[in-house]
Amino acid sequence: MTRFFSITKNIHEWLFDLMPEGLARVVEMILIAVVYLLIFSVAGLYLVLLERRVAAWFQLRIGPNRVGFQGLLQTMADALKLVSKELTGTERADKFLYNLAPYFVIISSLMALSVFPFTKDFQAFDINIGLLFLIAISSIGVIGILLGGWSSNNKFALIGAMRSGVQTISYELSVGLSLLTMVLLAGSLQLSEIVEVQKGGWLIVQGHIPAFIAFMVYMIAGTAETNRAPFDLVEAESELGAGFHTEYSGMKFAYFFLAEFINMFIIAAIATTVFFGAWLSPFGITESIPILGVLWFLGKTLILVFLMMWFRWTFPRLRIDQLLTLEWKYLLPINLVNIVFMAIVVLLKITI
Amino acid sequence: MNNESLQNLIGSWDSELTFTEEGSEFLNISVQPKQLHRLMKQLKTNAETQFDYLFCLTGVDWETSLGVVYHLESTTHRHIVVVKVQTEDRKNPAFDTVSDIWKTAEFHEREVFDFFGIKFNHHPNLKRLFLTDEWVGYPLRKDYVDEINMVVK
Amino acid sequence: METIAVNNSFKSEEYFINMGPQHPATHGVLRLLLTVDGEIIKKVEPDLGYIHRSIEKMCERDSYQQIVHLTDRMDYLSSHINNEAVCLTVEHALQLEIPDRVKVIRTIIGELTRIASHTLWWGVMGMDVGALTTYFYGFRDRELINDIFEETCGARLTMNYNIPGGLMFDIHPNFVRRTKDFIAHFKTKLPEYDTLLTENIIFQKRMKGVGILSKEDAISYGASGPVGRGSGYSCDVRKYHPYSALDKVAFNEALGYEGDSFARYQVRIQEIWESISIIEQLIDNIPEGNHQVATNAVIKLPKGEFYQKVETARGELGVYIISTGTKNPYRLKFRSPGFSNLSLLNRIAVGGKIGDLVATMATLDLVIPDIDR
Repeated sequence: MTRFFSITKNIHEWLFDLMPEGLARVVEMILIAVVYLLIFSVAGLYLVLLERRVAAWFQLRIGPNRVGFQGLLQTMADALKLVSKELTGTERADKFLYNLAPYFVIISSLMALSVFPFTKDFQAFDINIGLLFLIAISSIGVIGILLGGWSSNNKFALIGAMRSGVQTISYELSVGLSLLTMVLLAGSLQLSEIVEVQKGGWLIVQGHIPAFIAFMVYMIAGTAETNRAPFDLVEAESELGAGFHTEYSGMKFAYFFLAEFINMFIIAAIATTVFFGAWLSPFGITESIPILGVLWFLGKTLILVFLMMWFRWTFPRLRIDQLLTLEWKYLLPINLVNIVFMAIVVLLKITI
Repeated sequence: MNNESLQNLIGSWDSELTFTEEGSEFLNISVQPKQLHRLMKQLKTNAETQFDYLFCLTGVDWETSLGVVYHLESTTHRHIVVVKVQTEDRKNPAFDTVSDIWKTAEFHEREVFDFFGIKFNHHPNLKRLFLTDEWVGYPLRKDYVDEINMVVK
Repeated sequence: METIAVNNSFKSEEYFINMGPQHPATHGVLRLLLTVDGEIIKKVEPDLGYIHRSIEKMCERDSYQQIVHLTDRMDYLSSHINNEAVCLTVEHALQLEIPDRVKVIRTIIGELTRIASHTLWWGVMGMDVGALTTYFYGFRDRELINDIFEETCGARLTMNYNIPGGLMFDIHPNFVRRTKDFIAHFKTKLPEYDTLLTENIIFQKRMKGVGILSKEDAISYGASGPVGRGSGYSCDVRKYHPYSALDKVAFNEALGYEGDSFARYQVRIQEIWESISIIEQLIDNIPEGNHQVATNAVIKLPKGEFYQKVETARGELGVYIISTGTKNPYRLKFRSPGFSNLSLLNRIAVGGKIGDLVATMATLDLVIPDIDR
């Protein structure tokens, strides 16, 4: 860890020596962004591989195991194929919006990654409204989906996009409110602060019953946010073919695809940060070696990611009216009551 | 009800019907196109016959004439009867539709129209079902010729 | 009371969607013209004929032995039963006395076909409502049946095991043992289906009260098979016009009464259990004897009309032969179950959502070559 920090420190000093302060900051930001971009596009590819292997495991299959050791290079090969593919499109599509849409989706996903505290001091962007920033940024993605579905001049894509709009707007409430419940407990929106609070015990333990309810609501709503089964109405393949990205191919399709997996990672990472103490190890067993925090963070996140994959390969899909019923008639009232409950718990200091 | 009592009952409604059991296990009724719809209605609604299940509707080209064969079964009495109707007009054959009596006839009649060119009066949506609208001729007629697609042995 | 003027400026507009001919939910090349208001289906109009091969016309130039081979290209998932239907018609017309051995083997393989078809349907049904895993469970068990078929019939899907007068070959020596093994294995796997899909609350919510078909409509639209029986319409040909060895076995007709998608689903699951029971009753008592009776090399049916009904996995298949005494049928009509079952789709899907249409269509279990013939 110290070596890692000394490298970044050296780069930092070297940059500030080389150029004026303002420019140096910009260059530093770009460098960090590029590093994040590289790390997470590769990580996204491995999430795809993980999903495929997990799906195969659920479905009595083996899954991709030929390209590289245990199929480790499979998704790399797929990505290469997608990059080299022809970009097709419909004739009377709104070309500008059609081309713009994938970038909305992928950029919103990648931006959200910047605020996560992967371990102590390993956080690109620690702002005091971190959680709010996360929710706001991750909602931008839906604009991309709406644009993509609307502009590609395909009715199936349009239906998919409209479903996505309805779904994201509805479930955004539950995601926000369930996180708000935890903010009551943590007392801060800043992610590093939230982690700091959890040194005495993870928030899901501190907040016991209301925190657990909030976690359940968050996982359901979060799965819906990422448009994954059982809430994958947006791209319901048996109904709409491929939904909003029916008309996308090649790299543009890959952006949508990658964004879906990074979003899944984000939802799981938020849950890890807010409910399970981010990089904190249980009972502080590895507190002396902060670099291991990264492993703890990724470990917890991947368990939650696995949970979401488990959902996907087990449940049938909901219908659009059932989807809305679930949110507005069940999750939202539960959430509102839960906030009051949590407020009482915090007020009476009956946290653990 | 067995074939004989069916014949007696149905024969009492209309004297112009002809009955035969020759070469078939079921009772065959031949009916004039004009009486078709009335007979069918009666076959379905009469309490003793109650032929509520039209399980097969076949178009047949008898070379001299074109016709339709209806296979009817009663789900309560479990007896079966076959109704046949023919016309010698090959240019413009038309019968009354029975799709208002049995809903299933709607599709079956469209199929017959598609392949035999038999029109059904008062059919709600009579257009080609399998073939494209531009298709010329009626393939299941015996005099249909298609030198490209048909292999004749 | 004063009337309030309603402002109609905010109203939705209907639009058309072409579902198919290439669409994952139509399981083949079926094209549906949907009129949709938002998500709500207003009208479903099937457009058929994308794979029409005019089997009926081909039959008019073929001999009766050849016709059998055409039939398993119709409903390829119950090919054995289709073959059987033509053979039964020809045998009935020739008044051949078929050995009991043939009848029992035909029935056993017919019921195995039914299980295979329903198992595949179950997997695809799950896939249509979004549970992809069921597909692999269904195929896992279906493969075992196909292996049995492969050993005895030489083919896995289009088996052509029947000929007019009996069976093409005798059964493979392993047939009885493997069938018993399969039944024992499948009985432990079938409850898995229930835990994976049937008991799932989302699945039940998707299926119950959706696509309701009344008994009157079922009869009027000529519904048959599990589609009709799901509406409480007792229409099992195996009960009313038993053929082969089906008059010798005891089995219950699976019936549902709600008429919704879930009833049709449960009827099929129940039918798998009934088929297992039929096979169990017969598998130990296959009579000894010949596997075929000799027929002329050129079969000429007597002059007349012949009709035979059988119960395929999808419903009632009718074979109607008009013979003029030559070696070819003068006219041959297949009354296919899928054709009638498709015609009621508009009746039951209107008013539902697009997702409902897909689920409802899955419970009709359409096989497109069966419709297009």
